[in-house]
Amino acid sequence: MTLFWLITVLFVGGLLAWLAERWQAAAPRWVALAALALAAGLAILLLSGADAMTAWPASPAGGAWLSELEWPWIPRFGISFHLALDGISLLLIALTVFLGFMAVACSWTEITQRSGFFHFNLLWTLAGVLGVFLAMDLFLFFFFWEVMLIPMYFLISIWGHEKRAYAAMKFFLFTQISGLLMLLSILALAFIHRQSTGVYTFDYFTLLGSRLDPGTADWLMLGFLAAFLVKLPSVPFHTWLPDAHTQAPTGGSVILAGILLKTGAYGLIRFVVPLFPDAAHRFTPVAMTLGVLSILYGAKLAFAQSDLKRLIAYSSVSHMGFVLLGVFAWNALALQGAVMTMLAHGVSSAALFMVAGALQERLHTREMGRLGGLWPKIPRIAVVALFFFIATLGMPGLGNFIGEFLVLLGAFKVSVAMTSLAALGLIAAPIYALIAIQRTFYGSARATRPIADFGVREMAMMAFMIAAMVWMGIYPQSMLEVASPAVEKLNRTAAVGAMLP
Amino acid sequence: MLDALWLVPTLPLAGFLLLSLTAGKLPERAVPWIGAGSVGTAALLAAIIGIAFWNQPPESQFFRQTLWIWMQVDGFQPPVALYLDALSLIMAFVVTGVGFLIHMYSAGYMAGDPGYSRFFAYMNLFVFAMLVLVLADNLVLLYLGWEGVGLCSYLLIGFWYEKPENGFAARKAFVVTRVGDTAMAIGLFLLFTQLGTLDIQSAMQRAAAQWSAGSPLATAAAFLLLGGAVGKSAQLPLQTWLPDAMAGPTPVSALIHAATMVTAGVYLIARTHVLFGLAPEAQWLVAVVGAITLLMSGLTALTQTDIKRVLAYSTISQIGYMFLALGVGAWSAAIFHLMTHAFFKALLFLAAGAVILSLHHEQNIFNMGGLWRRLPIAFWTFLIGAAALVALPLTSGYYSKHDILLAAYGAGPSGSWLWAAGVVGAFLTAVYTSRLILIVFFGPARAHHAVEEKLSLSMTVPLIVLAVLAVIGGLLEMPLQPVLPVSREHESGLLIGLITSLAPFAGIVVAILFYGTKRFSLEAMLRNSAGFSLYRFLLNGFCMDWLYDKVLVQPYLRLAASNKQDVVDKPYQAIVWISRSVHRLLTPTQSGKLRWYAASIAFGAAVVIAIGMFT
Repeated sequence: MTLFWLITVLFVGGLLAWLAERWQAAAPRWVALAALALAAGLAILLLSGADAMTAWPASPAGGAWLSELEWPWIPRFGISFHLALDGISLLLIALTVFLGFMAVACSWTEITQRSGFFHFNLLWTLAGVLGVFLAMDLFLFFFFWEVMLIPMYFLISIWGHEKRAYAAMKFFLFTQISGLLMLLSILALAFIHRQSTGVYTFDYFTLLGSRLDPGTADWLMLGFLAAFLVKLPSVPFHTWLPDAHTQAPTGGSVILAGILLKTGAYGLIRFVVPLFPDAAHRFTPVAMTLGVLSILYGAKLAFAQSDLKRLIAYSSVSHMGFVLLGVFAWNALALQGAVMTMLAHGVSSAALFMVAGALQERLHTREMGRLGGLWPKIPRIAVVALFFFIATLGMPGLGNFIGEFLVLLGAFKVSVAMTSLAALGLIAAPIYALIAIQRTFYGSARATRPIADFGVREMAMMAFMIAAMVWMGIYPQSMLEVASPAVEKLNRTAAVGAMLP
Repeated sequence: MLDALWLVPTLPLAGFLLLSLTAGKLPERAVPWIGAGSVGTAALLAAIIGIAFWNQPPESQFFRQTLWIWMQVDGFQPPVALYLDALSLIMAFVVTGVGFLIHMYSAGYMAGDPGYSRFFAYMNLFVFAMLVLVLADNLVLLYLGWEGVGLCSYLLIGFWYEKPENGFAARKAFVVTRVGDTAMAIGLFLLFTQLGTLDIQSAMQRAAAQWSAGSPLATAAAFLLLGGAVGKSAQLPLQTWLPDAMAGPTPVSALIHAATMVTAGVYLIARTHVLFGLAPEAQWLVAVVGAITLLMSGLTALTQTDIKRVLAYSTISQIGYMFLALGVGAWSAAIFHLMTHAFFKALLFLAAGAVILSLHHEQNIFNMGGLWRRLPIAFWTFLIGAAALVALPLTSGYYSKHDILLAAYGAGPSGSWLWAAGVVGAFLTAVYTSRLILIVFFGPARAHHAVEEKLSLSMTVPLIVLAVLAVIGGLLEMPLQPVLPVSREHESGLLIGLITSLAPFAGIVVAILFYGTKRFSLEAMLRNSAGFSLYRFLLNGFCMDWLYDKVLVQPYLRLAASNKQDVVDKPYQAIVWISRSVHRLLTPTQSGKLRWYAASIAFGAAVVIAIGMFT
């Protein structure tokens, strides 16, 4: 039941936030905070139970599952409301709720128009994301996949910046078209399963062992891949991301970069490889190549940008390339690395978008050519930005390093050449990260009028983010432990990470 | 007592946290007490631990302190653990001891700077990272320290951020060393994949058990680690960042870019000497890199006009000697030179800092001159440091450099070549050092400003202590036998020893003939075009910056600029364009006019019938 309430709290909270605006303009954000606080309470409940239930025997697929819930929904087609939680989903849920708070907090002064509807969309997107991380029925999964998309579309198209309509439409089309391909694959998988067994089912655990002939498996996998590679995003499906990130309001960027991208990575880990292990194995060289391309191409484009938000957006492409590489290397090291990268990038990119948003709110520009010399004027923002740019370039002791190092260490066992190329990303990252610091904060001051530095609310947010980042860097074991049973389970389910030729 | 080891790196970390969390709100008087005090306490503690360690050495000859499990995945389990043996102890002494003296000096040197507190925060973070580097018990933690010192180097080179060129130098330092670091990271992946551990001691044991001498995997791993070492230690071909790094405040140059961080590569190779012993080709390359680097940077130093750049090239050259020593298996001699170099080069930088400060941040040596009478403390301490650098007998530098050169001479068939390079290097060192002293401290006074030596006590004391160390440092005992294999003793003969000892004197004489008595004139040599081209070539450090700019930097910039709009987006935009165009094309057909619709229906029907009839 906890799982059900976790999602429902946010759906109901969203509706209440919308209604609360009639009562008072500032009310929606308090309602949103309250809903998130309830969700956080539930998440902590799950987290504290995590150790106790590690060896929970009643779960369908063995010891890795911590909590489960199954209600019939459309029995005629074998569709059920089936949620289950393992260590990976638990970590991602914790990230989602954490960044949910940040998204509300950083929109505190930025969103002045229609704040009720804004918070409604924010909470519904989060609810959809939680559903995605928990759904163990493919139809339900697709349902949540759509639920998180549409409110996000509104967030960009209503509260976005100058080219918001274009960016929102692009985001919608990319996600929607690739999502439809996934739907086709889901339906085909269910039909094929019915042909061989005579029953309709969309249940993940039942479909896991489906026998498919190689040709079919390839096509079905590509359908899933389309959705997840677009969402991740991987080169060459990444072009929606810079536009969407740049145009979204700060809270939208935080959710988009921090959480939504992770649903793509989660989908690869949860569905693509376990459902189609052989097809995934055949696809591994291509996927790892795409990962390496994303790392290098993203880093190169990030360096070329003059818009601070676009720079951060392309750096996300680069970082998610590590995740793609790690997932398809498919061994415990690389998978744990992919999970750590998801968490760390979630925090670091969200924080950087918050910095960029704060600068835009104060200076009304994101063009680095018009910034510069801001260090003495706004030292707190500068130090926070410096911290997260350093995190993003993979400084040991901070979260991103742990993830990327583990990914590369695991991938090295699979392909020396790919890993060595991917490691060039370690050189490309400081090139874009340090130039961003230089062009924004170093140099001599331009603006003469005073600019407000981070206030108490913003410093409090950033203190949480910095603490999370340091924690991930110096004691990642606390998170690796939570994910470990799930990773081992997945690793056994589908042993694809054989050595490449 | 050894259990307090964790406090040694923690103290400077605490200093960093305190200084950064107070965000410059502390009164300026309090800052150095925290900044230098934390490092001083760490130095004191390191000394106490060192005495305890030497009085009652553990039976295993090392002490390990595991603090917590960092991560644990599938057999990969690096702990956060410290490892103390004679080698890491000496390094910790140098880092905290010299580090403390430089912090103390900085209290005076940086006084009044708006970023006073920020400066000490970065410096403390650096000392912390450097201590982690030398005390790490596994290569991942070492890599943390390794990257951490690189970060602090970046932050401190760009400390005066208003000037864009400082920012450029800082980024250059970070990115160029990152190139080496990446090679090193790949080396770690290789070691872990093959040996199943990154714990330094067990990895070395397994390597020795698993790999035979000269095996390709051992060689590859050693080459990759060497990549990291040449980046951090500014050796060929990644040495280009160090001269520009002089943009940082002078104490930074003394601490990071002379005494400690740049010698990390030497430490790394000494630490993994078993691996290099298994890879003779890689080890030979270490010696060759050292020999070529020391000659190149010695030649370059002859032409520099900025006092700090001369010292920077000299640092590159002296680290070249350490690499030479490592390459010929004179492990202890390398660490010995590392230590004496830390003393005398830190001294030289701090004395140069005293000159620079007294001349209101003038760094061009041709705007100095005749300073010996006006800046007596700076002059005498600089002179002592220079004597050690040049390796005049009885100074610390003499003992360590002499050891290296004699070891090189005895090292196999190519040994005499390596020795010869080292002797020529020693000659060059004497020339450029004497040139520097003659131009800066003697000759006519050229300074435009009123020159007065205004050194506070906090600046004078470190200068004097370091001057004493630069002289007597050669007498310090280095009990490295349990850690590093003893190099073979060679009988090199009296003549070789004599040439080795006299080369510096020849250099001094040459410098005096050019810059003292003006018997020969450089201007005359520069008048012919060949001489001038050579001069330009050397002045620009063998034009390696130019080469990298043309081959790497400019292409990357062009590539980035040409594709700012992301060519991958073009096909998607093409889809948009096509659908818009088709839309525009088809819109007129919906005109609302009945006869158009009737006509199109009739036409369509005709086509359908025609298809039906003819197929």
